[in-house]
Amino acid sequence: MRDIAIISFAQTHHARAIEQENEVEMLQPVVVDAIAKAGITKDRIDFVCSGSADYLAGMAFSFVLTLDAVGPWPPISESHVDMDAAWAVYEAWVKMQMGKADIALIYGYGKSSPGNIRRALTRQLDPYTLQPLWADPVSLAAIQARSALDTGTVTTEAMAEVAARSWRSAQDNPYAQLKGDLAAADVLATEPFVDPLRRHDCAPITDGAAAVVLAAGDVARELCERPAWIRGIDHRIEPHMLGVRDLTTSASTAIAAAKAGVGDGPIDVAELHAPFSHQELILAAALGLGDDTAINPSGGALCANPVMTAGLVRMGEVAQRVIDGTADRGVAHATSGACLQQNLVCVLEGE
Amino acid sequence: MAEPELLVAPNVIEYPFSRTTGPMIGAFMTALREGFIVGCTAADGRVIVPPVEYDPDTAEALTEVVEVGDAGVVASWSWVREPLDGHPLDRPFAFALITLDGADVPMLHAVDTGGDVAAMATGMRVRARWADEREGSILDIACFEPEGAR
Repeated sequence: MRDIAIISFAQTHHARAIEQENEVEMLQPVVVDAIAKAGITKDRIDFVCSGSADYLAGMAFSFVLTLDAVGPWPPISESHVDMDAAWAVYEAWVKMQMGKADIALIYGYGKSSPGNIRRALTRQLDPYTLQPLWADPVSLAAIQARSALDTGTVTTEAMAEVAARSWRSAQDNPYAQLKGDLAAADVLATEPFVDPLRRHDCAPITDGAAAVVLAAGDVARELCERPAWIRGIDHRIEPHMLGVRDLTTSASTAIAAAKAGVGDGPIDVAELHAPFSHQELILAAALGLGDDTAINPSGGALCANPVMTAGLVRMGEVAQRVIDGTADRGVAHATSGACLQQNLVCVLEGE
Repeated sequence: MAEPELLVAPNVIEYPFSRTTGPMIGAFMTALREGFIVGCTAADGRVIVPPVEYDPDTAEALTEVVEVGDAGVVASWSWVREPLDGHPLDRPFAFALITLDGADVPMLHAVDTGGDVAAMATGMRVRARWADEREGSILDIACFEPEGAR
């Protein structure tokens, strides 16, 4: 296996609506920033891989237009996933393992503001028995939350504490959309939104983008004083039918965590892509995280959730802490689909 | 400098796909049109509703279609205070996972309690309210309602 590391990370100041910029205009400064932080020029990039959703842009192959943010001339080697860009990192990692690239640029972006994201995301469901019901992700997550509450896997108070802690942590994150000196009691004092979920239990609707640069072996060491080495990366998926899954646990996360080697050493920091507060509790249990791990110091997806990007941001947030020396070993997680259907786990470590 | 005026234009997105349903979903849709519900027997003997072509654990092909009841028990639910466009009901309702009589795996649908959240509970019994005109769609079940509601 080749040693492959994240050597730079950049993101937008995430917002409810970035109205005056189109996708290219929103993304381009982030791409430029990530390349500059990597200390390279564009011509050194061997492979570009992105994550975005055509269903948000409203047209097929919308990502081709967004390549203008990178500048695809002279011709570049490029790929795309209609998934969170954390999976674009995985694709690039595989390509680099094959020896096909030494430096890769990965970016993700999502503008949810022009449409109705709850309705748009129903289109990822089974087209025969779920799409006609327009079963939106908040309603489905609320069913999952109630299952977890009914079985005692989580409590309303623990969910509120996750939300409040996320908002408090985000006060130190200049890129976060939501932040504040919030207490669990403040959350519990609010009305339910989609019962049993309150607004603070749910990720906000966000426009935003992010990018990372990956480099292999000595190239990474040459460019970065302390690269964030990918020591393990794995992703697993569960059946699309909610009824056949145990929604109170995350079996796919537990398998991915074991394959990625999460338990092989102490975890200083974990960035978990949990768009709903109860999901952070389910994920932390599946990953076997203890009290000695700082969870979502960035505020996590509850404080900024750019679609197809929030998982990549988790990887970037952990990598940045390894790069700047504030963490030695961390885990980043990304999710996709209804109720944590698909999960990616990545272990990042300094040398 | 004043904020520039934003140009805004509507962009209506539609995905008018036609789909073939295959042997299992086809059987499910045909049954709905006739006013009953079927599932399938999984490799481990569980009855799964709606039926699936491949076993969720072993991936082996499943072929045994079995009829289940049109009433059952709420396994979990959420309460939608403000329905979205397209939702099965236009007043507050529950999305619920419902384990039909004779099934081992719950299916998703809506429950109408007349807008009363206090009438919802995990473990309550509900029965399908069939649509007046049925065409072989999950919407042939208009929704579920508390058993004995009418």
